[in-house]
Amino acid sequence: MNRRDSLKALGLTAISTTVLLEACKSGEDKVPAPGTDSTKQAGRQDFEVERDKRLHEEKFFNDHELATIGILADIIIPKDDKSGSATDAKVPDFIEFIVKDIPSYQTPMRGGLRWLDLQSLQRFEKSFADASPEQRLNIVDDIAYPNKLKPGMLQGAGFFNLMRDLTASGFFTSEMGVKDLGYAGNKPNRWEGVPADVLKQYGLEGAV
Amino acid sequence: MKDFQIKKSDTEYDAIVIGSGAGGGMAAYVLAHAGQKVLMLEAGDHFDPRTDAQQLKWPWESPRRGASTTRPFGDFDASYGGWVLDGEPYTQKDNSEFAWFRSRMLGGRTNHWGRISLRMGPEDFKPKDGLTDSWPITYDDLKPFYDKVDRLIGVYGTVEGIENEPDGIFLPPPKPRLHELFIRKGAKKAGVTVIPGRGSVLTEALPGNKERGSCFFCGQCGRACKVYADFSASSCLVIPAVKTGNLTVITNAMVREVLTDKAGLATGVSYVNTRDLQEHQVRGKVVILGASACESARLLMNSKSAAHPDGIANSSGVVGKYLHDSTGASLSGFLPQLMDRKRYNEDGVGSVHIYSPWWLNNKNLDFPRGYHIEYGGGMHMPSYGFGGGMQGMNGLVPGRDGQMKEAGGYGASLKDDYRRFYGTGVGMAGRGTAIARESNYCEIDPKTVDKFGIPVLRFHYKWAPEEVKQAKHMQETFKEIMHGMGAVITSKLPGADTNYGLEAPGKIIHEVGTVRMGDDPKTSALNKYCQAHDCKNLFVVDAAPFVQQGDKNATWTILALSMRTAEYILAQKKKLNVG
Repeated sequence: MNRRDSLKALGLTAISTTVLLEACKSGEDKVPAPGTDSTKQAGRQDFEVERDKRLHEEKFFNDHELATIGILADIIIPKDDKSGSATDAKVPDFIEFIVKDIPSYQTPMRGGLRWLDLQSLQRFEKSFADASPEQRLNIVDDIAYPNKLKPGMLQGAGFFNLMRDLTASGFFTSEMGVKDLGYAGNKPNRWEGVPADVLKQYGLEGAV
Repeated sequence: MKDFQIKKSDTEYDAIVIGSGAGGGMAAYVLAHAGQKVLMLEAGDHFDPRTDAQQLKWPWESPRRGASTTRPFGDFDASYGGWVLDGEPYTQKDNSEFAWFRSRMLGGRTNHWGRISLRMGPEDFKPKDGLTDSWPITYDDLKPFYDKVDRLIGVYGTVEGIENEPDGIFLPPPKPRLHELFIRKGAKKAGVTVIPGRGSVLTEALPGNKERGSCFFCGQCGRACKVYADFSASSCLVIPAVKTGNLTVITNAMVREVLTDKAGLATGVSYVNTRDLQEHQVRGKVVILGASACESARLLMNSKSAAHPDGIANSSGVVGKYLHDSTGASLSGFLPQLMDRKRYNEDGVGSVHIYSPWWLNNKNLDFPRGYHIEYGGGMHMPSYGFGGGMQGMNGLVPGRDGQMKEAGGYGASLKDDYRRFYGTGVGMAGRGTAIARESNYCEIDPKTVDKFGIPVLRFHYKWAPEEVKQAKHMQETFKEIMHGMGAVITSKLPGADTNYGLEAPGKIIHEVGTVRMGDDPKTSALNKYCQAHDCKNLFVVDAAPFVQQGDKNATWTILALSMRTAEYILAQKKKLNVG
């Protein structure tokens, strides 16, 4: 079978047609949230399907915590001229799921959010979510730069590192984030080596 | 429990094959194509890459965005299984940290492997180091089978003429990606050989094969391939063997023991259906174990009878001993010159585009044998963990304005950093020869059974100075290559306190050696055809018969050995010596 035939085979196989169609869908809000469907799924073990369904039914963060996560996520990844913000890409939903999926995140996240609220209360007599944008940044500036921390800020910085990582994970694995990065793969093609203009850019013309 | 009974089948198969991975799959393929009636028992679920692979899914189609919560290599990876299986424990002796990876699915671990397909070389079979043991066969004995495997399954690579890295019958290799050109430059400066990779991916149509598609370069072999363009035992061996009409496959069948008659010959096996827990006995003229090195050893040791009081094929007491996994250590960093790089599709194939075969002479080194290096990097599909630890990177290089910036941060400038760093990562991992030692072993834990009541394995495995020194040498080499290509190292350089990053045994998933072959029945369990010295109709076709691994990944040798064993069985059947 040559490459054209294998692509044909891909298209003609019922299951892979579905995959390709799904891959071509533009808006992720048109499909049910992944993992919420408990019917038998090709290539997924029963326990995985059941586990995903159960996790989706559970709720970990309360509304205040989720709101705070949304505010922080948008401070970390705001809207710019290329793409939307973390909340536009539904990062808080991802974080809600991942702390249930990987429970070791639960205490650092819940405790970190509480730490943040206490800092805000001490400084401004209101929670982080109720503080003004300037007041929020007053705290964030003290925990966002791990190499120049004032005394007492180390725990907050640890939380912010985690929050930064989870926000990046959630944003850049969303459809919006993948498009923003310009990832060009995940589609049938033929790899012919580094494009000529790129070789030239790096002075590697003779290297292939 | 009045309904508790064992279902006994009247059918006597020509052969029963236990396990459906590279070894079991190949044996079943050869025998079924020769007209033998074969029964294959697989402990896990059915899996056909055509319908079950998670290929071409996007990260947002996984609620965990591809995280490895339930599958060790990520949510889209093909493997059902891992180092920990619910209800199937194993134990450790003397604070060993052996990690035992088990796939429970048709095709076994060939579903998710790296498709790196290397032949062992003449010196791997007959070592000259004065320390490691010789095999009872030579490279020349196995070469015709490596050749046949190349033709049957397909492997890409280039003819290099390196003596202990034998060439095969190759399809064209994929061209190097951009970061791989930099790696090659850096390696050259460090005096390290780099050659095109060798992988079992059909970069072109496989001559004579109409069932399998050619690679369409999505780089996702680890998810298994819907068009069968890479090697999985399911797609390339078991499913074609079923199509002959001669192979019956029973999945969710966990084998308990090999049954024998009074004379000690194998008569069949007993197994439990893992879904409904029904007990079964099936009969076969020949029993072939391909359950994986440790699982096959466990099965032999659990098959005790009057004729085989220490377990079948174990009068030497050697079963379980000489367990060894490849050594492994790695280092990662990024290439500042690749920041803000142009985007294009460089997914390539899901196996290695380049690698470094062992390039040094041990006379000048303080450790025996050697290792090869596998390289990573590039503009991958973003997945869970993307951009993680940015605070350890974005303070190390100037920003767009040419000024150094404070590590960490937030906001528009941080968002831009993720874009700037995308596709700059490089990594390298060594895979080396560990020494087969009698003192590293698995045995039956006298106190513990799994959820099926089958006694479990207990591991005893310690690295020795030979392996630690090798890991130290790996790290020094990696550092030199990184410097040679102008990379910034981001992983912590591991020191003596962590054995230089030497992974725990079992982590590389190349464990071999537990039912070793040899000419002397007192020091080996199998003869040079992988036939039990003590039981002539019992064979082992996974990596358990390996006497001593080279630095080469085991799969291609498993395939060649299994094919050789299956052909031997057919020849013996003709002569009426077995079955």
